[in-house]
Amino acid sequence: MKKVLSVNNLSVSFDTYRSEVKAVRDVSFDLHEQETLAIVGESGSGKSVTAQSIMRLVPMPPGKFVGGSIIFNDEDLTEKSEKQMESIRGKDIGMIFQDPMTSLNPTMTIGKQIAEGLIKHQNMSKNDAHVRGVELLKLVGIPNPEKRIKQYPHEFSGGMRQRAMIAIALACNPKVLIADEPTTALDVTIQAQILDLMRELQKETGTAIILITHDLGVVANTAHRVAVMYGGKIVETGSVDEIFYNPKHPYTWGLLGSMPKLDNHGEELKAIPGSPPDLADPPKGCPFAARCPYVMKACGEHMPAYYESSETQKTACWLLDERAPKVEPPEFINVGGSKVHG
Amino acid sequence: MAKTKETLLEIKDLKRHFRVDRKNVLKAVDGLSFEIYQGETFGLVGESGCGKSTAGRTIMGLYQASGGEVTFKGTSVHGKRSKKALKETTRRMQMIFQDPYASLNPRMTVKDIIAEGIDIHGLAKTKKEREDRVIELLETVGLNAEHRNRYPHEFSGGQRQRIGIARALAVDPDFIVADEPISALDVSIQAQVVNLLKKLQKERGLTYLFIAHDLSMVKHISDRVGVMYLGNMVEIATSEGLYEEPLHPYTQALLSAIPMADPQVERSRERIILEGDVPSPINPPSGCPFRTRCPMAMEICSRAVPEFKEHKPDHWVACHLYGETSN
Repeated sequence: MKKVLSVNNLSVSFDTYRSEVKAVRDVSFDLHEQETLAIVGESGSGKSVTAQSIMRLVPMPPGKFVGGSIIFNDEDLTEKSEKQMESIRGKDIGMIFQDPMTSLNPTMTIGKQIAEGLIKHQNMSKNDAHVRGVELLKLVGIPNPEKRIKQYPHEFSGGMRQRAMIAIALACNPKVLIADEPTTALDVTIQAQILDLMRELQKETGTAIILITHDLGVVANTAHRVAVMYGGKIVETGSVDEIFYNPKHPYTWGLLGSMPKLDNHGEELKAIPGSPPDLADPPKGCPFAARCPYVMKACGEHMPAYYESSETQKTACWLLDERAPKVEPPEFINVGGSKVHG
Repeated sequence: MAKTKETLLEIKDLKRHFRVDRKNVLKAVDGLSFEIYQGETFGLVGESGCGKSTAGRTIMGLYQASGGEVTFKGTSVHGKRSKKALKETTRRMQMIFQDPYASLNPRMTVKDIIAEGIDIHGLAKTKKEREDRVIELLETVGLNAEHRNRYPHEFSGGQRQRIGIARALAVDPDFIVADEPISALDVSIQAQVVNLLKKLQKERGLTYLFIAHDLSMVKHISDRVGVMYLGNMVEIATSEGLYEEPLHPYTQALLSAIPMADPQVERSRERIILEGDVPSPINPPSGCPFRTRCPMAMEICSRAVPEFKEHKPDHWVACHLYGETSN
C-alpha cells in the first residue's frame, strides 16, 4: 500500500519557566493508505503532541520543533508557513478532537461549520455546500439531516456532536484523518456506534487514520498497526496482532497486564509500580527503566536501540540484545492468541 | 460473594427528584431498592445521566431523598436526627470522589486534608497522636511520611487519589462510596488504585459501593453489580452471573459494547449496537424506560412498567421478557 505520511525522527519541546520539556523525542513512523495506526500511551507520553505537530497545532512558542521532519505529499510540514498550512488543514488532513462539547463553535450552526471547509477549500457555493452538508450528515448517521443542519451544537447530544465533528473532518475527503481520543468522552454504547462508523467510512473513502487513544480495547477493535509511546518515545511498534499476542517490550506487557479481563475475576491486576518520568528532565537511558522489573545496568545509561523482530515489529529494549539475559513474557500475555475466549 | 450476607445498608424505593422549572421535574433516581451486604463490593454501572452518582450521593445523605429511605445498620440516613447521631453516621460512611484534582482543597496541606475528619470527630487526643495517625494512613495508601507537609498540586493524579482514600479511611468508616474513583487516571495507575482498594477491604473489612461506567473494572472489583438506566435499576446479579448471563437487553448491549483488548475476539464478535441516545430523564418514555432503544421491545413495554423481581436466585431483572406479565 502507498505511504501517505511519514514522520522521521521528530522531536518537539516546550519552553517553560523551569526548563525545556521534551514532550516528543525522536519519533518515527509511516502511515499507509487505508490503514489505521493507533498511537497508545498514558497521559504525558507525547501522543497528542505528535498528532498536533502533524497538524501544526502546537502553539509555537512555547513549543518548538527540535529536529526531524513530517513528510506529506513529498513536502516537509515542519517547514510550512502558517498560511500554507491553512490550505492543508481540513483539506488534506482532517482532525477529530476528544471533547465534542468544546471543539465545536457554539455560535455557529452545524451546517455553517461543515460548509466552512467546503467553501474555503473546494470553492463551493453556499448552496452546494449546504447540499453536501446534508449528504455528510446522512453519511455519519444523523437522522433528519435537513432539520439538524440548521441546529446549533447545544441541540445535539454528545454522540451526535461527535458524528457532526466527523462529518466536518471528512467534508473535503482528506487523505489522513487524525482522531485524538475520539470516543473517550462518550458512553460505551455510543462509543461502539462511533467506532463502527469510523471503520465503515474508512472502507468507503480509503482515508488513512491515526487513532490516538489510551484504551487498548479500542485499539484491538479498530487498529491495523500500533505504536506504543512512553516518555515521549515510541517504545514498540507492530501490527495489532504482534502487539497483543507477541509483545516484546516490558511496558507493553505492563499495559496489557493492567487491563482487567472480563473472564478472570478477583485476580490481582498486574499494576506497573511508580509513575511516568518527568520530561523536563528525562532519564538518559530508557524512559521506562525506573519502573521496569527487568532493568539492567545498561538501561539507565544508554537509550536502547530498536530491535526488529519482524518486518513490522520494532522494539526499543536492551533485553532483546543478544548479550542480555533471556526473559520470557509474563504468563498473562496471551502469546500467539491461542487462548481464545469470550 | 459476601460470606455471611448480613445486610449493612438497605435502600428502599429511593427517589431523588430535581425541580428544573415550574413545570418540569427531573427524576434522576426514581425508585431504587436493593441491599448492600456487609463486607461486599456492590458495583453500580450505567451510562452518563443514568443517575448512578445521584444514587450514591443520596445514599450517603449528601442529597436529601425525595422519597423512600436508606437504612444503615438499622438507622435511617435521612430524616431528622440529633447532631450527635448525624455525626456518627457520617463517620461511618465516607466517600471517594472521581476527580482527584477537584476534590482536595489546594490551600491545605496533605496532613490537614487527611486529619480534617480526625479533628471533627475528635479521634486524636494530642498533636502527636494526630500526626502519627496521618503518617500511618499515608503509609497504608502507599505514600511516604514526608508527603504530609506538601500541597495537593505537588502530586500526580494517582497519588492524589491515594490521598483521597487516606482521607476517607482516617475516621475508620465501615462503608465507602467510591464514585468513579479511577476514571480520571491512566490505565497503569488505575490498576494500582484498584489493587489498593481491594487490599484495604481485605484488611479492614470495608464495604464498598463502587460507582463506575467502566464495566470491565466493575466486574473485576465487585461481588455484585447493579445496572441502572434512566434512574431505574434494570438488573442486579452477582458479578459472574451478570457477565455470564445478562438478562436485560440493556445489560446485554452494554456488555457487548465494551471493546476487549484482544484483536481476535474483537474481529469475531457480534455486537449489539443500540440505536439512538438515552432519552431525557425530564420526559422519560412511558412503561419501560429502555423500550425506545430496545431491540426486543414488545407492545406491552409501552403500557406497563416492568416489575423488578428475582428471576433466578440472586439475579433480579426488570423486563417484560421474563416471567408472566401482571395483566
